[in-house]
Amino acid sequence: MMDAIGSQRALNYDVKLLWEYPQADAPAVDFEEPSSFKNRTGQSVRETIGLAQLKEPTVVRHFVRLSTKNYGIDNGFFPLGSCTMKHNPRLNEKTARMAGFAHIHPEQPVETVQGALALMYDLQKTLGEVTGLPAVSLAPAAGAHGELAGMMVIRRAHEAAGNTHKTVVLCPDSAHGTNPATAVTCGYTVRTIDTKGTGRLTVEAFKEALGDGKDVAGMMVTNPNTCGLFEREILEIVDLLHKAGGYFYCDGANFNALVGSIRPGDFGVDVMHLNLHKTFSTPHGGGGPGCGPICVTNELAAFLPVPHVVKQDDETYALERHRDTSLGRMKGFHGQFGMVVRAMTYILSHGADGLKQVSQDAVLSANYILSQLKSLYHVPYEGPCMHECLLTDKRQKEKGVTTLDIAKGLVEYGIHPMTVYFPLTASGAMLIEPTETESKEEIDRFIAIMKMFAQKVEAGDTDIFHEWPVSAPRRRLDEVKAAREPKLKYAK
Amino acid sequence: MRYLPLSDTNRQEMLQAIGVKSVKDLFKDVPAQAFVDELVNLPNQKSELEVERIMAGYANQNRAAGDGPFFLGAGCYNHHVPASVDYIIQRSEFLTAYTPYQPEIAQGTLQVIFEFQSMIAALTGQDIANASMYDGATSTTEAALMAQRVTRRRHIKLHGALHPDYKEVLESYMRNFGDVDIAEGVPTEQDACVIVQVPDFYGNIHTLESLRKQCDETGALLIIVVTEIVSLGLLPAPKIADVVCGEAQSIGNAMNYGGPHLGFFAAKEKYLRQLPGRLCGETVDADGKRGFVLTLNTREQHIRREKATSNICTNQGLCALAFTVHMALLGEEGFKRLARINHAKACELADALEKVKGVKLLNKTFFNELTIELPKPAQGIVEALVDENVIAGYAVANKLILAVTEMTTTADIEHLIQSLEAVL
Repeated sequence: MMDAIGSQRALNYDVKLLWEYPQADAPAVDFEEPSSFKNRTGQSVRETIGLAQLKEPTVVRHFVRLSTKNYGIDNGFFPLGSCTMKHNPRLNEKTARMAGFAHIHPEQPVETVQGALALMYDLQKTLGEVTGLPAVSLAPAAGAHGELAGMMVIRRAHEAAGNTHKTVVLCPDSAHGTNPATAVTCGYTVRTIDTKGTGRLTVEAFKEALGDGKDVAGMMVTNPNTCGLFEREILEIVDLLHKAGGYFYCDGANFNALVGSIRPGDFGVDVMHLNLHKTFSTPHGGGGPGCGPICVTNELAAFLPVPHVVKQDDETYALERHRDTSLGRMKGFHGQFGMVVRAMTYILSHGADGLKQVSQDAVLSANYILSQLKSLYHVPYEGPCMHECLLTDKRQKEKGVTTLDIAKGLVEYGIHPMTVYFPLTASGAMLIEPTETESKEEIDRFIAIMKMFAQKVEAGDTDIFHEWPVSAPRRRLDEVKAAREPKLKYAK
Repeated sequence: MRYLPLSDTNRQEMLQAIGVKSVKDLFKDVPAQAFVDELVNLPNQKSELEVERIMAGYANQNRAAGDGPFFLGAGCYNHHVPASVDYIIQRSEFLTAYTPYQPEIAQGTLQVIFEFQSMIAALTGQDIANASMYDGATSTTEAALMAQRVTRRRHIKLHGALHPDYKEVLESYMRNFGDVDIAEGVPTEQDACVIVQVPDFYGNIHTLESLRKQCDETGALLIIVVTEIVSLGLLPAPKIADVVCGEAQSIGNAMNYGGPHLGFFAAKEKYLRQLPGRLCGETVDADGKRGFVLTLNTREQHIRREKATSNICTNQGLCALAFTVHMALLGEEGFKRLARINHAKACELADALEKVKGVKLLNKTFFNELTIELPKPAQGIVEALVDENVIAGYAVANKLILAVTEMTTTADIEHLIQSLEAVL
């Protein structure tokens, strides 16, 4: 009797795994069996697979109930630093589903896909315009994939110039983990620039890492950096790097601080990737798909990946599938085209004036949060910040409350936590990125909660911090057990 | 602008609270030369209706698969997607969520990944599967990189025809490491792996027992690539592989002019700690209730930095969700029936093509894709067939590779045959 009732109350659902429901006697998809069947595979016909079998109402309810256990930007404030969780317009979804975009094949004759090629060409041009780096490839599938493509551009450029002794890439200690991992995937070794707890690159620290520069192929730097600060000595650093024959790879994760206002090509960047799923509002989808186009100087254009969309003399568009100097192909077919459609929709919606307002509002909101919380939380590096601000738990930790506890407290209060424990250079980091699509009311609520937390800690009222969250679909999860006893699939 | 909620009054209040006069003061660290006055080649903001018209203008210049007979495959397939799939993936809580780094409020995404991993492991007959990869081509390259780590060897063998894009991606990545030979043939003791696509690029289905034996003798890993995952509903599970990877776009995902698609990666359990990409595992919460988390992330770049197993940071979360919903709707029997329908259509196409004068069927075996030889270059035929409103297939010299799915009707096949007879 109790088993039949289960633990569901109001909107709090218990959701089984697909295999745990009573199984249906027939599938939900009702294709007709072929009238005759001959096996011409040369193989025996497969018997059991091990899939569940349910009817449509059960399947739909299963996934809808699961969705209610998730938090997205449509649910509320999501100030996840360096991730740019901005509003994802539904218009983007509508256009991406137009039959002329969704149901075309990448190997169709080019005369049947001129609209798709024109769209890609126009986005290449637009991204070149906003970055000041005119040669653009839409091929990379995600940010880290763009990093790899960008570093491969640099590698091929050095190879073409005979610079085989250039085997080292410089990365600051505050870099995203993808930067050093990418340099290694690209066959380079990494030398770390020690920012010595200053939160910024200095000419002095850079010179130390550069040495005589003979072995340096390039540097990978995020600007604004992972502490939310613009690298104010960047021009001098880039000058030294270029004189040593190295290229400046800029990680574009933080481009939302610059879009429409500032062009990386004008502060010395040679190669940069953009995350269309950050700055250009394509949805994160619970972890992808992303899209990571790369933008490079004209000097480096010859090394971009293939295929590449070109406009021909007769005004038609074509796919350049082979180029001797190209780094080659990065992905099957032509990249994450569906994301290209969404990004173009977003860019047209905002236009030049709207994009400029995007970066201004993003920077304003981050500085507003910083101004309201700096008296209660430790600020490791002086501002102003750009589109995100960095705090730490230094003051709260003394009373036994850590960044993790504060994050779980935000979960309890219905806000997605900020990025925690990154960058690694600031102990107990809390990186807060509000984005331009939050109202002042939402931001003020976040500030009020953060103030309340700080006051509670100050008053010694800390026990509850270790309990949070108590209202979420799950309490804190045992990650150690998950790693020690890996259970990665359903087993009867 | 409709996506920006701050009012001018808000902006003034916020500036005042910060203690600066204008937003410009917040950009004081940026060198003057980097500011732009105006983005000259970009128009100003537009209404939703205007944008929709412009985008429709692009879309309407493309010939969609539903506009007439369609026979292209080559690693990207036009399958039917049930209505519920798109409805579910547009649920805000799935669509607009981030990577599930806060598992207490991401159990929806996490359980879906767990179910996805379970389905891929079952389909491929492997012990474990990850949370998905960018696409089939990059997944195959990551498999080769993993084989190099596991065996501490460099070279790679290819057996049979691998999708040309997959081969090109493999070559681009391997160029970063100097002397890696990628060659056709059987594995030797210098090879990290042998890669074999099943069915191969031309649709042929290889028997792999002897290749398995050669791998056992030489210590190379056997990597099986599947570009049409529906084939796993009819063909035996590729249990004999060390890694099964490839493309799962066929289930739940539209062709989207080549992306986003859905790479998958499955392997034997002994390679768990060398796997690229995300993994989701089962655990319990503080109240002892079952829950899911991302796990074994000490392999990944955000922890291991330059020592990570891969630089990959994302998966294809939403595409994996679409797959999982579609597969749940198909179920065990529905998926196998879908595979039978696809094969039966291919048999129908093969029979029809063999009756066309000058056409020779090259496959002894196939699933839903096959290759014919034509008396003249196939590219010209493909282009001529566009005028007959037929998207005919993938041309390689005098060969034409054609695919069918449950979307292909008998009328489509008749239209193709008549048009082909007319242009040959």
